[in-house]
Amino acid sequence: MDDQIVRVISRMIIPFIQVYGIFVVLHGHLSPGGGFPGGAILGASIILYTLVFGAKAGAQLIPHTTSKWLESGAILLFIAIGMIAVGTGRSFLTNRATGFAMGELGNIISAGFIPVISVAIGIKVGSTMITLFLTMIDREPQ
Amino acid sequence: MQILSLILVGFLILCALAAGRTKDLLSAVVIFASYSLIMAVLWLMLQSPDVAMTEAAIGAGVTTIMFIAVISRTSRMEK
Repeated sequence: MDDQIVRVISRMIIPFIQVYGIFVVLHGHLSPGGGFPGGAILGASIILYTLVFGAKAGAQLIPHTTSKWLESGAILLFIAIGMIAVGTGRSFLTNRATGFAMGELGNIISAGFIPVISVAIGIKVGSTMITLFLTMIDREPQ
Repeated sequence: MQILSLILVGFLILCALAAGRTKDLLSAVVIFASYSLIMAVLWLMLQSPDVAMTEAAIGAGVTTIMFIAVISRTSRMEK
């Protein structure tokens, strides 16, 4: 999209969208939101960048291989954290009984591994959205 | 609050019917985005801000962009 207004405005608001997405992901265990909505907001910011500055710039910012690795790595991190509890003889994703530090209610670093798996889900959802969109855009028109 | 909720549900049904009936697919996508926006407000009124946030980001944002990408690859009018 070759439009001055759209380019300037999106260059101004994309950082705010991303900060909001990171906020939602990190406060997943304290406030409404969490990994899925925050990751969707982060992915939408990259999709906006790709729409405004072209598919080539978007692919330069996050190449196909990077988003592929992020996607697989995030879900593997989720499974690995869940398997820690299985390794100690408890069921999948057991939090407090496995011995993760609970912290104080209301702090960002609390609730055991919940912030970590929120971040993992956020990365997974965001990169899935970017991969979907780039795959759809890359296809040559028939 | 009850009246506002009823008005919003009325708009919701109107948007759903219009999105199904229109022949211009780009208009249908815009109507569908407004459907998602109304649905997000309704989720908020149903005390579910979590789902409202997801609906606003996915329903009104990403799905619309995906549909527009598909329309730009195919034809705009329904045959």
